Amino acid sequence: MKIDASKPLEYSTEENSNKIFGFWVFLGAEIPLFATLFTVFFVMVDRFASGPSGSELFEIGPVLIETFLLLTSSFTIGLAVHAMRLGYKKAMMVFMALTLLMGLGFIGIEITEFVTYVHEGATLQTSGFLSSLFVLLGTHGAHVSFGFLWGTAIMIQLWRQGINPATANKAFIFSLFWHFLDVVWIFIFSFVYLKGLM
Amino acid sequence: MDLDKFKVHGEPLIYGAMISIALATIGILVGLTYFKKWGYLWREWLTTVDHKKIGVMYILAALLMLFRGGVDAMMMRLQTAAPEMKFLDAQHYNEVFTTHGLIMILFMAMPFIIGLMNVIVPLQIGARDVAFPRLNAVSFWLFFFGAMLLNISFVIGGSPDAGWSAYFPLASLEFSPTVGNNYYSLALQISGIGTLITGVNFIVTILKMRAPGMKLMKMPMFTWSVLITNVIIVFAFPVLTVALALMMFDRLFGSQFFTMANGGMDMLWANLFWVWGHPEVYIVILPAFGIYSEIIATFSKKNLYGYTSMVFSMLIISLLSFLVWAHHFYTMGQGAMVNSFFSITTMAIAVPTGVKIFNWLFTLRKGRITFTTPMLYTLAFIPIFTIGGVTGVMLAMASADYQYHNTMFLVAHFHYVLIPGAVFAVIAGFHYWFPKVFGFRLNERLGKHSFWWIVISFNVTFFPLFFLGLMGMTRRMYTYSEESGFGPLNMLSFVGAVGLAIGFVLLVYNIYWSTRYMPRDTTSDPWDGRTLEWATHSPMPVYNFAVVPKVRTRDAFWSAKQENMPLFEDKITKIHMPSNTGKPFILGVIFFFLGFFLVFSMWIPAIVAGVGVLIMLAAMSFDRDHGYYISVDEVMATEKKLMRGETV
Repeated sequence: MKIDASKPLEYSTEENSNKIFGFWVFLGAEIPLFATLFTVFFVMVDRFASGPSGSELFEIGPVLIETFLLLTSSFTIGLAVHAMRLGYKKAMMVFMALTLLMGLGFIGIEITEFVTYVHEGATLQTSGFLSSLFVLLGTHGAHVSFGFLWGTAIMIQLWRQGINPATANKAFIFSLFWHFLDVVWIFIFSFVYLKGLM
Repeated sequence: MDLDKFKVHGEPLIYGAMISIALATIGILVGLTYFKKWGYLWREWLTTVDHKKIGVMYILAALLMLFRGGVDAMMMRLQTAAPEMKFLDAQHYNEVFTTHGLIMILFMAMPFIIGLMNVIVPLQIGARDVAFPRLNAVSFWLFFFGAMLLNISFVIGGSPDAGWSAYFPLASLEFSPTVGNNYYSLALQISGIGTLITGVNFIVTILKMRAPGMKLMKMPMFTWSVLITNVIIVFAFPVLTVALALMMFDRLFGSQFFTMANGGMDMLWANLFWVWGHPEVYIVILPAFGIYSEIIATFSKKNLYGYTSMVFSMLIISLLSFLVWAHHFYTMGQGAMVNSFFSITTMAIAVPTGVKIFNWLFTLRKGRITFTTPMLYTLAFIPIFTIGGVTGVMLAMASADYQYHNTMFLVAHFHYVLIPGAVFAVIAGFHYWFPKVFGFRLNERLGKHSFWWIVISFNVTFFPLFFLGLMGMTRRMYTYSEESGFGPLNMLSFVGAVGLAIGFVLLVYNIYWSTRYMPRDTTSDPWDGRTLEWATHSPMPVYNFAVVPKVRTRDAFWSAKQENMPLFEDKITKIHMPSNTGKPFILGVIFFFLGFFLVFSMWIPAIVAGVGVLIMLAAMSFDRDHGYYISVDEVMATEKKLMRGETV
């Protein structure tokens, strides 16, 4: 494997730079995926049949905490990549662990929210609005959960192998994924929750 | 557990199919054991990451599916051959036309094209492999097991029966209570993920792995068409992913997306389906345009006329393909303004397509044309596809569509587009590139026989349907009365279908005959080709090119031959290759079981399989096998052998 020392470690081989580019293309596919889910949600947003509407259901408190956790975790994964470039394995691991913990916190709050909704009689089956809400939030939540498992797997590899072209590449790609989830959340926060609360 | 829901009752045809499937399976298992081929199968095929072999497996699977979809087609034409036929009942007929459409589009045309692109694109761009060889194997096995999941539906639980477009509310649990449409949502989902991965893989391959000097506007036309197709895949398939997921939620978990009450909206399905479904038409047709461009240039001994306009017309078609989806449901009450918009965008597609047709005709003009089998298919494609295109513009007029909609006219139109546009193309491409992969040509005489059977019978089968449609015969009608007067033309159409079947059997016989008797090709360039794939040996070694070619012109191999521009200047160095892995295959198997358990709402096994998927993904992530090197000596030895015409 030819390593180009003039480039950051995660880009240093041809395979690595292809993988990063490939992941950008994959994120290109994630955009229509979420765009479709948002479109479905916007079509369904006023179709609550006999069920509750967004303004009856949403509470700003937990959503703000979720937002805070996810935005901060996007910052810490950035710090992890920065530490990686400086070659500080331990700092990198700490920042990644913080990121994943905040992700876990986010998922925990989201699950609690879902349970509360269901207890208030707002289930997936109640109305078109709720079906689309659960599937949009659930898809994002499933991405975060998957990210948690993925990030954990990368941390184990980092811990065993240290920072090398392969692990650096994986961690960098993971950071792209994590930032993307953050961007999607900003849209959910603005157009689902804030708009719904109005 | 209720075992009864696995059974399909009271259909002698299906019982017959069950027995033949069981016998064939036993036959294959016994054969593999008797000839001690299990190890060979596992080492050489199931675990392979070689793009050529993956391509061959795609094509093999597509040919099998052509047979399955073809049997469905024959049953339909037989059932409607005469008034009041009793061959199939209404339910069975519904299942047959649904699976015919699904299989032919998603499990025949598309994999055939993906197979050809797998084999050829890396060779055309002078690369040693695709960008992500293991992911490529994942793509294939997800497609394969998705297809298998759909194919077992008719013997276990029942086939989908709501049409290939599965319109709601018909496809909902209320009106389609069998598991058939569960199969639909899960089988398509699994193979769709595979297709999306292919899309990502080939975009990266084409953009990042071209041989030095091959600028974008020097790429062969087939590679261009594949690039554009994969961009469409990456933007369109996520919409299908969402639509199928919502369908699954509606059918398995009682959500209210497409229901008629509780705030559901059935038209949402029609929109989502066709936002994917219309670009899908171009996913199968654009690569076909690429194949024809290669064949026309090669067998006219001329540069492709209007290369730049060819590229731009494909780009415009790909853009417009996303703007026309509502023309599939003009009659569903969306208002004159919306219909007008989609009418205009639809007709606009005829313009860039016309540009391409004229470019092909100008390429032929004053060319030194040789009438080989692939060229014959290409020449037949031009007028037949034009009939399909013209009737397409007829259908594109929203007001006139109120007359044609849902009639046999429509059926005739899309067969006139898709069969010359996709099926002729893949057969032509198959004949054209066959010697590259296997080192010998298919027999030309048999090829021409099967060509004439297919082309004439195709017209006999589908041309009468235009008239039947104008006479008022709606599609998906399982029978009709004597007084309707539909009988004679339907009988003619059935006769044509028999002819088509003979043509395809001849094609398969040609493969068998040529494998046994055709002389091996020693030149590696049987057609006097123009593009890089003909610059390496046939069959090609695992590393494709011993030395990466240097490209200076379009049709690089042609100018290398004509103007003595050397392609290979560098010295041979050691070559890095990825090692084989069984994990993609295992992942596919687990996905198959995950889909199967979900179809039957068996939650606990489904969760176990879901965890299995995650474990396999982790196993792939932790895999530290970085491949192997082929040493200079080994490359030299292989090259020497290939020069002498031996196989490796």
